[in-house]
Amino acid sequence: MEFKLICKDIRKSFGRLLVFESINFELTNNSSLAVAGKNGSGKSTLLKIIAGLLSPSSGEVIYQINGKKIDKLDWFKFVGFVAPYLQLYDEFTGYENLEILAKIRGVKDYKRKIEDILKRVNLYARRNDLVRGYSSGMKQRLKYACALLHDPILLILDEPTSNLDPEGVEMVWAIAEEQKKRGILIIATNEPEELKICEEVINLDELKLKAKGQIVK
Amino acid sequence: MLSSIWAIFLKDLKSELRTRYALNALLMFVVVTISMILFATAGEVISGELLSGLLWVVIFFSAMSGLSRTFVSEEDRGTVIFLQLATRPSAVYFGKLLFNLVLIFGINFFVVIAYFLTMEGFKIKSFDVFLAGLILGSLGLASASTIIAAIIAKANTKGTLYPVLSFPVLLPLLITAINMTQLSIEGAKLVETFGHLRILFSYFAVVVIASYLLFDYIWKE
Ligand SMILES: Nc1ncnc2c1ncn2[C@@H]1O[C@H](COP(=O)(O)OP(=O)(O)O)[C@@H](O)[C@H]1O
Ligand SMILES: [Mg+2]
Repeated sequence: MEFKLICKDIRKSFGRLLVFESINFELTNNSSLAVAGKNGSGKSTLLKIIAGLLSPSSGEVIYQINGKKIDKLDWFKFVGFVAPYLQLYDEFTGYENLEILAKIRGVKDYKRKIEDILKRVNLYARRNDLVRGYSSGMKQRLKYACALLHDPILLILDEPTSNLDPEGVEMVWAIAEEQKKRGILIIATNEPEELKICEEVINLDELKLKAKGQIVK
Repeated sequence: MLSSIWAIFLKDLKSELRTRYALNALLMFVVVTISMILFATAGEVISGELLSGLLWVVIFFSAMSGLSRTFVSEEDRGTVIFLQLATRPSAVYFGKLLFNLVLIFGINFFVVIAYFLTMEGFKIKSFDVFLAGLILGSLGLASASTIIAAIIAKANTKGTLYPVLSFPVLLPLLITAINMTQLSIEGAKLVETFGHLRILFSYFAVVVIASYLLFDYIWKE
């Protein structure tokens, strides 16, 4: 199955504030993209547009499978999303959050999957505690669990390592590496190290898509 | 799709039972308004017509204070993205509608019982007319409140906007529903009220269909 993400001439403005324009790129399986830029340059905005959470002012985002365009209403099946502004239900436990998500998504055989994923993000021991009592790093781990529950083809990470301890950062690297093998990875970041793991970089300050090789030159 | 709707409904129900944001406020509201009516009319004989109007005043305002929570709490806590990333907009809409329906039937059950127990002048002659009016009125009230809640959840002035926006939308429904209750006190037969029932039912159907069509645009910016 060949999955393709195409961004055609994306422009976004909030009222009179133009955030960015003419963003163009195409990504297929086994590729990765880093979105860089100063605070307020529009990294999160671009990621939301790619995930379908926000509409572009003009231009188009296209998801394709084997050349066939996917209805925007079905995008959620393909996307995993981790971001600081994504919130979980703090009146529920970590396990319940995942269970709710699995049921809403209609994930099959979810009990085993949830246990596996909780072990993976190292929250298994605390799975029955309310999210209200989680530290911000633990919440970040749970967001990864939520994002990976349905094995998304497109994994979008906004500030992937925020609030995480060194071991958590290691976990993110492992997830990122695995995602690159399986599908598409998109990261918004300013950390040079995180930029390095992606093949392509969009710098919103320069607004130019460059192959990483060219930047090194 | 259906299982997704059901999952969202169950989530809201479980969350409500755990936090009791809406439930406690609602019950307090019903108790307070009914006691106020009792105090204000102490010793006077109130006509059945007036009492049916007052019944819907209680129902309207408790609906206003409770039914907006489903969307406003998601928006306030920032969990909207969680749902946006998990399913289609229409599943969210119908899940929330289902929750609001259950909530309003729960409230109305409580309101009506409390009303019968406290208002001596409230004597229903045709119970079927009363029940039909109450059920269809609740359906309409829940459906309109749900979509209005979805709209105002995006606005900054949530609290004040809700009754303001709801009133004109709900007016035709309320007038018909109050009328039904009055007819039930006068002892009208169910067949005589078909005109009213048709209005109430069409209101519900139209609002749900329009909301379903609109919701995609409201739900995502
Ligand atoms: N909903 C919004 N309404 C108005 N302006 C917004 C909105 N969201 C973001 N912006 C503006 O768009 C710009 C880009 O924001 P953002 O994408 O969050 O930046 P970054 O993630 O790169 O720090 C900022 O100037 C911000 O103020
Ligand atoms: Mg950002």
